[in-house]
Amino acid sequence: MECVFGLVGNDFAVVVADTSAVHSILVHKSNEDKIMILDSHKLIAASGEPGDRVQFTEYIQKNVALYQFRNGIPLTTAAAANFTRGELATALRKNPYSVNILLAGYDKETGPSLYYIDYIATLHKVDKGAFGYGSYFSLSMMDRHYHSGMTVEEAIDLVDKCIMEIRSRLVVAPPNFVIKIVDKDGAREYAWRESVKDAAVASA
Amino acid sequence: MKFDTSGLESAAPVWGAPSELVDGFSAAPSFEVPNTTDFDGFQKEAIQMVKPAKGTTTLAFIFKEGVIVAADSRASMGGYISSQSVKKIIEINPYMLGTMAGGAADCQFWHRNLGIKCRLHELANKRRISVTGASKLLANILYSYRGMGLSVGTMIAGWDETGPGLYYVDSEGGRLKGMRFSVGSGSPYAYGVLDNGYRYDMSVEEAAELARRAIYHATFRDGASGGVASVYFVGPSGWKKLSGDDVGELHYQYYPVMPSTVEQEMVEAAGA
Repeated sequence: MECVFGLVGNDFAVVVADTSAVHSILVHKSNEDKIMILDSHKLIAASGEPGDRVQFTEYIQKNVALYQFRNGIPLTTAAAANFTRGELATALRKNPYSVNILLAGYDKETGPSLYYIDYIATLHKVDKGAFGYGSYFSLSMMDRHYHSGMTVEEAIDLVDKCIMEIRSRLVVAPPNFVIKIVDKDGAREYAWRESVKDAAVASA
Repeated sequence: MKFDTSGLESAAPVWGAPSELVDGFSAAPSFEVPNTTDFDGFQKEAIQMVKPAKGTTTLAFIFKEGVIVAADSRASMGGYISSQSVKKIIEINPYMLGTMAGGAADCQFWHRNLGIKCRLHELANKRRISVTGASKLLANILYSYRGMGLSVGTMIAGWDETGPGLYYVDSEGGRLKGMRFSVGSGSPYAYGVLDNGYRYDMSVEEAAELARRAIYHATFRDGASGGVASVYFVGPSGWKKLSGDDVGELHYQYYPVMPSTVEQEMVEAAGA
């Protein structure tokens, strides 16, 4: 099952997602990137039904871009999170999206932030959050070792601990994870944690 | 020495014949039956999970020379084989192929529709549509019908300006870019053979043989797959059908009948 988790550090936020695309007993792909770069300083880590996940996050991404074009300034993380929640809420009683989202962002004025948005349009601003079966293992790990103002090294160390725990204890543990980070320099991929590599691809 | 037959005696009481031995007891315990409501049920769940909702085997993979696309040709309705000669590889346009898994009508109609949209794109933009674009068009259409009962598990394979392209698109709205996919009830069997034999730098013949072999092995084990294993190749100049072999014949090609040594031969008794 899909594992997504994230936490806020001293001047950055980090989100981690597994990278398996699964269909009943088959793993179609083990390097599927589920963390979308929403704009220069925002990341959306999404888990849920495959069609909904891609379609909904792309919809949010395009609307955020449209706002920036129209108004000349980017949305704050809080505004983007509330917009996302609003879209989920509007669709909820008609045509609900089955997507759980962790939205991480960095604003110049307010610093890093992480928002927990679940499929029934719950919105919480949190220091650490997780979705999926992996949350049973990563939440307690983070509760135990998290403190406010962690450095990147400390945070990545905690992330690795959580990944180790998920790998060893979850019965259908996904083999590979992607870690993305957002700070004052922007949103970017930090690292992959792979224990299963897809067959060799042509080198660029 | 008296022969000890105590081990052969049954512990269960013999009904009917009254005997001095049994008189003293109440009914002797028989062996215990497992105390569950649905003893065989646990296995059923596992099998139901992979139930042939999309009774077919299709596969496609990218390699050095281009894309290989292969499929079986059996259509089944529950336990009845309705056809052994279904065309499951659909020619969208001269340089793009789609595979069919799921509802035949759904796949045929929407692939034809995609072909129309691709042609309209060419006319409007004076250039061919990319595989990325074509697969996204199909994925968006299927997503808008989500929950309405379409059953489509398809792969869009083609060659465009960026080289070979392969996407998996399904009726749940999922769309995946990848190097190797197999779709259908026989896909786990095909994946095994395909993953093991795959190398990026194969020749076209080697790649076609790998695809043919993977389809054959899937049809061997999966009841909902069979008929003819078709193999197509998509290269820079478009697609080309490479082969279509009956899987029954392939079986004897791969595993020819060896005359086995006979230990004892039964001979007809002379006279009637």
